Amino acid sequence: MAFFVEVLVSGLLAGFMYSLVALGFVLIYKASGVFNFAQGAMVFAAAVTYAGLVSLGWSAWVAFAGSLLAMVVFALATERFVLRPLVNQPQISLFMATIGLTFVLEGLSQSVWGSEVRGLDLGIPDSPLELKGILVSKFDLVAAGTAAVLVSVLAFFFQKTRVGRALRAVADDHQAALSVGIPLERIWALVWAAAGAVALVAGLLWGSRLGVQFALTQVAFKALPVLILGGFTSIAGAIVGGLMIGASEKVAEVYLGPLIGGGIENWFPYVLALLFLLVRPDGLFGEKRIERV
Amino acid sequence: MQGKVPGPVLLEVRGVSLSFGGVHALREVDFHVSEGEVCAIIGPNGAGKSSLLNVINGVYAPGAGTITYAGQTRRAMHPHAAAAQGIARTFQNIALFKGMSVLDNVMTGRALKMRRGVLWQALYWGPAEKEELEHRGRAEKIIDFLQIEHVRRTPVGRLAYGLQKRVELARALAAEPRLLLLDEPMAGMNIEEKQDMCRFILDANDELGVTVVLIEHDMAVVMDIADRVVVLDYGRKIADGTPAEVRANPEVIAAYLGVPTEADERAVAGAG
Amino acid sequence: MIYREAGQFRTTYVADQRIFPITQDRVAMAMLLIVAFVVVPAAASNYVLTALLLPMLVLAIAALGLNILTGYAGQFSLGTAAFMSVGAFAAYNFQLRVPGIPLLVTFVLAGLVAAGVGLVFGLPSLRIKGFYLAVATLAAQFFVDWLFTKVAWFSNDSPSGTITAQPMVIAGLPIDSPARRYLLVLSIAAVLALAAKNLSRTATGRAWMAVRDMDVAAEVIGIPILRTKLVAFGISSFYCGVSGALWAFAYLGTVEPQAFDLQRSFQILFMVIIGGLGTVMGAFLGSAFMLLFPLFLNWVLHLIVRTELRPGLLSQLELVFFGALIIVFLVVEPRGLARLWQITKEKLRLWPFPH
Repeated sequence: MAFFVEVLVSGLLAGFMYSLVALGFVLIYKASGVFNFAQGAMVFAAAVTYAGLVSLGWSAWVAFAGSLLAMVVFALATERFVLRPLVNQPQISLFMATIGLTFVLEGLSQSVWGSEVRGLDLGIPDSPLELKGILVSKFDLVAAGTAAVLVSVLAFFFQKTRVGRALRAVADDHQAALSVGIPLERIWALVWAAAGAVALVAGLLWGSRLGVQFALTQVAFKALPVLILGGFTSIAGAIVGGLMIGASEKVAEVYLGPLIGGGIENWFPYVLALLFLLVRPDGLFGEKRIERV
Repeated sequence: MQGKVPGPVLLEVRGVSLSFGGVHALREVDFHVSEGEVCAIIGPNGAGKSSLLNVINGVYAPGAGTITYAGQTRRAMHPHAAAAQGIARTFQNIALFKGMSVLDNVMTGRALKMRRGVLWQALYWGPAEKEELEHRGRAEKIIDFLQIEHVRRTPVGRLAYGLQKRVELARALAAEPRLLLLDEPMAGMNIEEKQDMCRFILDANDELGVTVVLIEHDMAVVMDIADRVVVLDYGRKIADGTPAEVRANPEVIAAYLGVPTEADERAVAGAG
Repeated sequence: MIYREAGQFRTTYVADQRIFPITQDRVAMAMLLIVAFVVVPAAASNYVLTALLLPMLVLAIAALGLNILTGYAGQFSLGTAAFMSVGAFAAYNFQLRVPGIPLLVTFVLAGLVAAGVGLVFGLPSLRIKGFYLAVATLAAQFFVDWLFTKVAWFSNDSPSGTITAQPMVIAGLPIDSPARRYLLVLSIAAVLALAAKNLSRTATGRAWMAVRDMDVAAEVIGIPILRTKLVAFGISSFYCGVSGALWAFAYLGTVEPQAFDLQRSFQILFMVIIGGLGTVMGAFLGSAFMLLFPLFLNWVLHLIVRTELRPGLLSQLELVFFGALIIVFLVVEPRGLARLWQITKEKLRLWPFPH
């Protein structure tokens, strides 16, 4: 029993890591209606920039600032050269454009920093902590805490501030938002920069767990079932979805995996999300789409 | 219009009520439409007119009441079944298939009549081609009827608004319906376009024998082409009769122009 | 001057409904077919046949399939390669376990099996739309990947999950030379392209496009939405399955699990987007482009950068260029190469007059 709880808890905490990545997706989708396929590449690029700067001798905080700056520059460039020309194009075009962005980002970061695997040390020990008889990883706790803080800040921002409202208007209808005078370009640059910052945090955490290597880009694929469960537009949903996916994935891996041959974590979360979708096509917290004729 | 003998009842709406959450779109609406008639539904915005059309053709299922169409009584009907039984309609916000040409849009109106399976269509030569050509002929008759031959290959998205409305009418007529539901077919048109549209609707009613139920705001149009008028206000039917009868109905006048309150009368008295 | 329609009157519906109503188009198509079927196998080198034309045609068939699903029916799919994989493994198993089965029948059956799988994954599409559907197809991709590597029966207990396709024979004639393989694939591609074109201009195609453009209105007209979507999924997967089978049998001869991974799905998606969504020609143009562009880029970069580069840097730079190219395409001509070709033809019709 204790073992099951341990597995469950470690799964829940792992779920927070997924939520972090999903959060970036939600930000961009919520504010610009774009499904940003490049989020995974952003996580990777941010992590590798940080690791690269550190290896050049920069201190941790300065490297963090530097990587953040790089993500902001990326956001500005994306807004100027990709989003602005594609205003009001159908969603699939924007989605394809983000795939193009993925390639650009992956190629660029590897050209600049090389493609060897690097370690990333954040100074957080991965040692276990004992809480009421269950072993919990300190690292997971820190990740969970970070995610929780980020989510609260972002949720507050979206709901209560003027800029947050403007962001929601933009996501709803670009043309309408423009005609009301909302500065689309600045909003988009802001959101993508925010998503970049979230990607940086996620990248640091994932990077110290997995090492900074190309496989980091695949983390985004794990975040997609999270989005399906939580809805593409809900920040809270990203957390809840992440927890559900993290927990069920861990439990399935430990208990179900050995029965059917192992290695099921690649598709199990997806199938779970799919089954869920049949009941709730817009996700747990997603906005119900109303089609009026 | 005047002097037309009403045929048997084609559509009967009885006690239909419809709500969305707390909003009562329709409250116990009763009326009927005879075969061959042109019946106009009028009323202020939000009176439930579009909802009524949606109930008739099965897009919404009413919470109470029944619809009797062509002798069959039911409450809810799948829109697909409604189409199969000869109910066609147009929409307030044009529901054309923007990626296709005018001809293709009109041809989709004949979707229910085309029988040949996928394999024959992939082969094309033979039965599928024959069927395609036969239906092309029928569609062209409608295109001719509505005078849109000159744009038949143009993608609908590129047409002017008035022409798009005509194409939507063509698509509905291509299905050879018994009952045609038109939701504000002349919205946003100028006078000439409206006159053309009126002519087309009357021709469809006369020559093709289609029973028409239309929602319309322009009173001149309604007085001109409707045989009967049904007036809705806040989901309730408040009048039902010939255009002349309805125009003189005090409840209708109150609904449209408003009933003067004491404050209004004082203001008018003070200003005079 | 050459491309004028003046004097060409179409007086019957039959003439108007033709795939190529303009005479010059018909002539051009006939010439293209003669070159493809007669000149190329005689004149082209083995390298061009096996390394360029074969994969281009095989992938074009998959692109045709994806075009039907995404271009005509508007259902977004990221699992194209999974259906190719199903087709490849199905064909292999049919040849393996059913003695004496004719090759073409194997291909058809492989396509049908893929179609069946496609139907299963298409069932949720009635309720879920847009990106949710894309993610569902992604699930198919991952699941099929896992299935064929883990369950040894599919690969006849091969330790790595790799299968080697059996040699091809049709009616006693061995299809082993590059020229014969090319002709086989070309014939199948031509037939499937014609079928796709025919479908697009009849009721099925219109139903697909209606569901794509506004499914609520389509339903009101009487078009059955679920059935229309399922037919799209089925036919699209059939094409992908045949493509996968041809990949295994006619092109490479072997299939490793990575041959049909997510990268492949993306490759085919790009083919369709760059070639032009909703066009049959786009599938072929896109396929040619995707295969030729890396070669071209490689050659250009080698010309520009003379010095010895860090290994791998070249492929990373290619990645950057490729990504940038996709974005440029989407900005400049989102309707792809087929649209560019159409615009060229329209200009040709007026040439030498400007408008």
